[in-house]
Amino acid sequence: MINNIILAGVGGQGILTIAAIIDYAAMQKNLFIKQAEVHGMSQRGGAVESHLRISDREIYSDLIPRGEASIILSLEPMEALRYLPFLAEDGVIITATKPFVNIANYPDEKEVLENIKKTGKKVQFIDAEAIAKEAGSIKTENVVMIGAAADYLGFTKEELRESIRAMFSSKGEAVVEMNLKAFELGILTI
Amino acid sequence: MVKEKELLLGAEVIAVAAIDEGISGVYAYPGTPSTEITTYIQQSEIAKQKKIRSSWSANEKTAYEAALGMSYAGKRSLVCMKHVGLNVAADAFINSAVTGINGGLVLLVADDPSMHSSQNEQDTRFYGRFAFLPLLEPSSQQEAYHCVRNAFQLSEDVKLPVIIRITTRLSHSRSVIERTAPVEANPLNPETDKFKWILLPANARKRYHALLEMQKQLTELSENSIFNKEITGIGDFGVIAFGLAYNYVMEINLAHQLNIPVLKISQYPVPEQKIKAFCSRYSKVMIAEEGYPIYEELLRGFFDNGKFTGRLDGTLPRTGELSPDALAKALLNKTNITRPVPEIVANRPPELCQGCSHRDLYEALNIALESYENKHVFADIGCYTLGALPPYNAINTCVDMGASVTMAKGAADAGIHPAVAVIGDSTFTHSGITGLLDAVNDKTPMTLIISDNYTTAMTGGQDSAGTNKLQQICEGIGVETAHIHTIVPLKKNLEENIAKLKAAFDYEGVSVILACRECIQTLRRKNSKK
Repeated sequence: MINNIILAGVGGQGILTIAAIIDYAAMQKNLFIKQAEVHGMSQRGGAVESHLRISDREIYSDLIPRGEASIILSLEPMEALRYLPFLAEDGVIITATKPFVNIANYPDEKEVLENIKKTGKKVQFIDAEAIAKEAGSIKTENVVMIGAAADYLGFTKEELRESIRAMFSSKGEAVVEMNLKAFELGILTI
Repeated sequence: MVKEKELLLGAEVIAVAAIDEGISGVYAYPGTPSTEITTYIQQSEIAKQKKIRSSWSANEKTAYEAALGMSYAGKRSLVCMKHVGLNVAADAFINSAVTGINGGLVLLVADDPSMHSSQNEQDTRFYGRFAFLPLLEPSSQQEAYHCVRNAFQLSEDVKLPVIIRITTRLSHSRSVIERTAPVEANPLNPETDKFKWILLPANARKRYHALLEMQKQLTELSENSIFNKEITGIGDFGVIAFGLAYNYVMEINLAHQLNIPVLKISQYPVPEQKIKAFCSRYSKVMIAEEGYPIYEELLRGFFDNGKFTGRLDGTLPRTGELSPDALAKALLNKTNITRPVPEIVANRPPELCQGCSHRDLYEALNIALESYENKHVFADIGCYTLGALPPYNAINTCVDMGASVTMAKGAADAGIHPAVAVIGDSTFTHSGITGLLDAVNDKTPMTLIISDNYTTAMTGGQDSAGTNKLQQICEGIGVETAHIHTIVPLKKNLEENIAKLKAAFDYEGVSVILACRECIQTLRRKNSKK
């Protein structure tokens, strides 16, 4: 068993928080993890990605081979498209719908969404920003996305809740509760 | 006791292994992908308890020499840098192979194939050969832990510095590792053998001879190294996989049940007997190196008998980091047909942050230079290199740390005016000061702009060696006080800043503009802590 997850977004959106929450769940089950990240120059508003691989046996490559990602989880719609070559034939795309426009030549928004739909396999569009606001803070967008992807991460919802609690426990009960709410609201989009 | 497992970045694994192996100090200048090693040690509670010295050095050369001094005193030291940093430290590095060491000295170099955050993709294994030093090249985070733990003992056994080479992919990838029992730091035990440490030619010749004599022993150690191993397989085709390339080879080998025999090399100088024996068993051998095709070239030799494939014949890509896909293409002779990236996807390059002081500086600089015909801006390495991109398109060059100052000087000597250098505060203290001294001594008509954001910003906001000292540094090396001007790059000061820049350009000697405003990222972090 190996689960290959591509996390995508723009530098500063916080895809590594998503990774950390999934990692925690994997650690609790003593699974093998490889998580390749982007540090350095691209973190300044550039395209960023993380290859997250979780398995019950030793993992060799830090990078996911093309065509073998079971899911692309993206905080930005155009960024979801950038990693299409990694998606498995029967892979899933779950993406936040709101574009992050910091370049002059950002493509037509509708065309971006059309292209994602065209992949033909299961696609979920999440208005993560609106749902995060409903949960109490725009900062919970990441956790909304984990909720939306909960069926594809290889963990039970309770295991993921436990990770979220652990991740935010140092910030107080109110923050934990808000993030758990974001997670539940994310699940409701499935 | 249950062994504690930790999920760590490759860079952090290096740090914990060095702490566990009893280092007394780490010396480094920030540089992607090596920065997180030192950051980790600086923030580690255990390192604090053990009083491990860890603040940033002014550059890689000062870092290396300080590490060598700590080794002279008998203690273990780690010195970390990115690949191009070793060019800066190369003088000390090469000569330290001739002196040898006392306390264990490990040089960690993080290479950046594919140039994710660099100007070239030079391969530190070349430096290993160049200096005649042992080098370890781990293939995984867990192996990196063991490599560091072994490297200090190896260094003390052979009395030489030991290099560990990692690459971006290993440094910036997390994995679960297990640690082993820590050891205590060495006591103070200074070296008394002056012959060894005073590299007068007469001494150096003997020491160099001894270094060459050591090579046989170093090769022998590689023959028996736990890091060099053979994975048996079937067929008439084998792969020699160096360092991280081993991972990609094994990924494909196992996923497709190819059963290809593999010889993994992670300790250098290479085990010649092992390689000869391996090659003699197969009619075709592919060489997979994460970096330059150094050993592929050597194995092919001048008369290349066609036995070897690799990067030189296009079986693997000639440049850039390897990937499971590159190895799949080479070993399976087919590429996975996958969905292409749709054409509408636009590049999203990095950009200067909103609110960054460099933005206001470049805006003022562009306007100030408008009226000059023969203007050139020589920039340097840091966030402000992004001034090369739209909307600013403000710079003409970026070559190496400190080159802004000296290239502006040379261009001014040739007749370019205004010749403007733009450098950050940290890059200025790294390698810009001596260049400015040249310009002062020559009374070169040029303007140096130090864009001072009080931090080493590009690598994530590390302390900058010159904070609150730049005015004195410039005065101290002879820039006239009347021609050092401070500006605050803000919208509201635009007109005033343009006027000050123009006045500086029009002065027929060395003028310095200190453009001072705190990095927006470090400011934000400070405010969120409050």
